[in-house]
Amino acid sequence: MIWTMLDTWIVVAAVLAGATCALVGSFLVLKKVSMMGDAISHSVLPGIAVAFIVTGTRSGTAMFVGAAVVGVLTAVLVHAINYYSRLEEGASMGVVFTVLFAIGLILIEQAARHVDIHPEHVLFGAVELVPLHLVQVFGFAVPRGVLMLLVVFAIDLSVIALFFKELRLATFDPELATTLGIHATYIHYMLMVLVALTTVAAFEVVGSILVIAMLIVPGATAWLLTRRLLPFLVVSVGVAVAAAVLGHIAAITVPPLFGYVDTSTAGSMATVLGCIFFVAMFCAPEQGIIARGFDVVRLRLSIGTQDVLGLLARAAERPGTDAGRLSASDLRTLRRSPFAARRVKLAAILGLLRMKGLIALRNGSYEMTVRGKEQGRQILRSHRLWERYFYDDGNVDMSELHPAADVLEHYTSARLGDDLSERFAGEYSDPQGRPIPDKE
Amino acid sequence: MKNSILSLQKKTRGAAPVQEPFAPDPADTSALHVRDLTVAYYRKPVLWDVDLDVPHAVVAGIVGPNGAGKSTLIKAILDLVPHTSGTVKIFGQPYRRQRRRVGYVPQRESVDWEYPITALELVAMGLYRKIGWFRPVGQAYRKQALEALADVGMADLAHRQISRLSGGQQQRIFLARALVQDAEVYFMDEPFAGVDASTEKAIIEILQRLRADGKTVFVVHHDLETVRQYFDYLIMLNMRIVAAGPVSDVFTSENLRRTYGGRLTLLDRAVDAIGRTPE
Repeated sequence: MIWTMLDTWIVVAAVLAGATCALVGSFLVLKKVSMMGDAISHSVLPGIAVAFIVTGTRSGTAMFVGAAVVGVLTAVLVHAINYYSRLEEGASMGVVFTVLFAIGLILIEQAARHVDIHPEHVLFGAVELVPLHLVQVFGFAVPRGVLMLLVVFAIDLSVIALFFKELRLATFDPELATTLGIHATYIHYMLMVLVALTTVAAFEVVGSILVIAMLIVPGATAWLLTRRLLPFLVVSVGVAVAAAVLGHIAAITVPPLFGYVDTSTAGSMATVLGCIFFVAMFCAPEQGIIARGFDVVRLRLSIGTQDVLGLLARAAERPGTDAGRLSASDLRTLRRSPFAARRVKLAAILGLLRMKGLIALRNGSYEMTVRGKEQGRQILRSHRLWERYFYDDGNVDMSELHPAADVLEHYTSARLGDDLSERFAGEYSDPQGRPIPDKE
Repeated sequence: MKNSILSLQKKTRGAAPVQEPFAPDPADTSALHVRDLTVAYYRKPVLWDVDLDVPHAVVAGIVGPNGAGKSTLIKAILDLVPHTSGTVKIFGQPYRRQRRRVGYVPQRESVDWEYPITALELVAMGLYRKIGWFRPVGQAYRKQALEALADVGMADLAHRQISRLSGGQQQRIFLARALVQDAEVYFMDEPFAGVDASTEKAIIEILQRLRADGKTVFVVHHDLETVRQYFDYLIMLNMRIVAAGPVSDVFTSENLRRTYGGRLTLLDRAVDAIGRTPE
């Protein structure tokens, strides 16, 4: 791999494009109008084309004005079609942006004869060409595309910082916003203008199709990772920046490994974004698939251990010398609580209980330690209080008491337990006459 | 990223502006005045010729069957849905000029509770008008929001993400958000829907306190059994106003039958005809 000045500029452009898109796109994700990004990124095309044709150059300002106008037009048209035709919003978007996009394509085909512009660059971007168009800024030669992205990034950042509070309210609760005099519709149009400007600036880097990945995937990833707004934006932008850097490195290093020439940076950026999203989906600390699976296993283990302790506690009430002692095969008869799936092996439960020092194995049978007895008593207490409750207050049939209490005993918090105790203060036995163990 | 721009405003951030005391004009005691209000979705009327004159310092229930237009009535008053005709006045002035005197509690299901904000941040939203454009939520305002949370018994959950609150708790912070608005007239869309008994009690206490403070509260309500207990004024709605007045006067079996019982079939057919394109 040979890193050149070209590569640096490409990465700078990709990072800026990613960061800008992620910042604005986050609000699309939060507002649940992600596909509006899709619609606008396509429909700005005629705006750009008209700007080309009118000015005859690839002037940034004209392109931005054209894009902003069409951006708002798209939002208004989608809303109007939605309102008057009673179509769902997705269908309205589909009608608006495809038609506008097609008009844009036709215009660009025509314009291409006069202006230096290629439809495929609009579609797929040409980040590799970014460093070739240099302009002078304060004596430095900066690629024009990078300059455009810088300007738009600055606009996006300042508008979002200025209207942070208003954007938050209008995207969360548009009706309240409107009654407070913060007109949610105008905030929405403002957001659409930002999206339009952003997609235009990012066109050159990623093209009008992959720009959707940059708008949506970083926000979608942040959605999995955080539930605070500022961290949300930071994560979103961070993900995009990482994808830009890694994407370019992957584009110039991975294909040569297999004997091919290097590939499109935009394409590999979007691919890396997708990978980051899926990693987050599996590994997110709270909402990730792995974390949730872990939660389920932990719950099953906790229910299983409570069931074993309950069984041992009941055995301890039996008279005789072997009270409170059960062999592994005795325990296997345990009617498992419906919430503890059979997949958790009894061996694992017994191992965990021994590890925690709650039970001990003596002469081939299990018995509770002092701490184990304490916990077993609490489970028995909670179980019998629930039976009492269902019998006295719920008029539940005697035969149905046990299964119901068997489930609830695992979900009784300390506070709920206290309330139950209070209700049955002075009550010393369950409906079948078995003693309710004391709290202490 | 916020601080760079907003540090300029530090000076103004400190104290919340002093509320000017509000005294309704004694000559015009009607908190809400509605004349000829008609709302139609695609020609089909949802509200028809609604006239209302509700005095101030009452807790007014709005009842009616599903589809009677209860939420629409509130939204039309608040300019959230366009009305075909009619005028709305709050204390004798058009709603647009009285916005800051009006508080709104939308239906709980109308927002996305997965949105990344905390209870405190949600409550502070009620203060956004007072805070003004471009400014961040300053310390004084955060304190105010925290007090409102304490008011509804939610102080210890202030920094919890809103998706981790129960339905009752979510309704409470919605109410706290309305309280910080410090309005004169409140519109609440089904605040009792899906809440636990203790939340219901807490809401009732707040409604009574608001009335004692001279505020007027409109509450879309479903449970007819509690009408006498909760409200002193009642609006019975079924596309048109069936009856409106003090609960003791209008909450009669005759009015209930007219509100909930068989609709006027000829009128129904007329409504359908209006909705259809003429042949």
